Amino acid sequence: MLETIAGKYNYWIYICLMMAGFYAIIAKGNLIKKIIGINIFQSAVFLFYISISKVPGGTAPILFDKAGLYDNPLPHVLILTAIVVSVSTTAVALAMVIRIFKEYGTMEEDRILAARKEGP
Amino acid sequence: MNGTAGRNTVTRTVSGFLIPFMQLYALYLIAHGDLGPGGGFQGGAIFAASLILYAIVFGLDRAAEKRYARVAGAAAAAGLGIYGGIGLLCMAYGGNFLQYSSLPFADVKTAHHLGIYGIEIGVGLAVAGAMLFLFMKIAGSDDA
Amino acid sequence: MLLKFTLLFFLVVCAAAAVRMKDLLGAVIMLCAYSLAMTLTWTLLNAVDVALTEAAVGAGIVTVLLIAALGRTGSAEDDSPQEQEAGAMAAARRALPLLAVLATGALLVYGTLDMPDYNDPAAPANLHVAATYITGSVPETGVVNFVTSILAAYRGFDTFGETAVIFTAAVCAGLILAGRERK
Repeated sequence: MLETIAGKYNYWIYICLMMAGFYAIIAKGNLIKKIIGINIFQSAVFLFYISISKVPGGTAPILFDKAGLYDNPLPHVLILTAIVVSVSTTAVALAMVIRIFKEYGTMEEDRILAARKEGP
Repeated sequence: MNGTAGRNTVTRTVSGFLIPFMQLYALYLIAHGDLGPGGGFQGGAIFAASLILYAIVFGLDRAAEKRYARVAGAAAAAGLGIYGGIGLLCMAYGGNFLQYSSLPFADVKTAHHLGIYGIEIGVGLAVAGAMLFLFMKIAGSDDA
Repeated sequence: MLLKFTLLFFLVVCAAAAVRMKDLLGAVIMLCAYSLAMTLTWTLLNAVDVALTEAAVGAGIVTVLLIAALGRTGSAEDDSPQEQEAGAMAAARRALPLLAVLATGALLVYGTLDMPDYNDPAAPANLHVAATYITGSVPETGVVNFVTSILAAYRGFDTFGETAVIFTAAVCAGLILAGRERK
């Protein structure tokens, strides 16, 4: 029991971060708060992924004479791509939020839905 | 972007000092991507950040915003074109797409080095252009 | 060790503050601090390329874009009217997201019990292809930075797709916001 906790508490902290972002996405009505939640969630998932690549006694994956063991470079590459994709997603989401604001004058989800229900 | 921050002497002086260093550091990161941490993405993002800092501090009028956006869009397309062009060049010399060893250089390592340099320049150009274009569109003045 | 726990604590505090704050500008600044703490955590985990990218892109560009969007939309407060409703039905509706989050978190924790221990060198992620990339990087490609050799040589096609994604995002944002220029 104790060694399960000692071996896995890092994952559980990362899951707490992911759930904080997830809560912001589903519970908050403001659109920009949702975008902030998406960013928090994505960053926590990247942290989870990169923590898998760390090898005990390993060093950064750049060739070095006195290095014995290197960290796994493959998750680094995947997360590099994912960070750039996440900023692309955030930018398109912000463009959509700006258009929605120009159209409805508000950024709260329930007011936008009420305005749509009343008709154009 | 009305550049009110530029009327303050401190921000004007510090940004005027920092912007060339940021651009130099961005070019350094793009060029040394294979020797240390760095690469096209980091360098491109920092280059775009230097131009965004200039736009925020010193201000841009609407014509300048449109001009910046057009040049940045062209740079992004050119960067993607360079990347695809290098891949097609490798195919023209008989290899697969992005197979650097088929390029006509002395040995495989030189071919890989130069191919990777070309790719990093393409990626840096594309990322810098895309980030600057996004900023000009999102932060641009309202044409109401 | 102390640094790692301090950084993790700072991460959790920044994430919670960014979610809870009603002032949106403050929430964006907390997101920037979260990105900075994430950069330091990745440097501690020896992921230097990723840390540099997160510092440049996460703490730099995303913060600037969010503040620019806040300036364009003009509303800086997060005031949903649904939080002021009273009554049992409203309270139940407010508790539902919390239950969903707790249920998802519990499922994920249950999933981690099957994973290999943290920092296990015999984990399957570290076994198969990574060793061939590390040993083959300098003889086959001559590049010293293994991350760049994988990014540009071994898996160069994925990077081509990623560059296309960032270009497509710029095009999409330009098309969405282009309607403003119609006279």
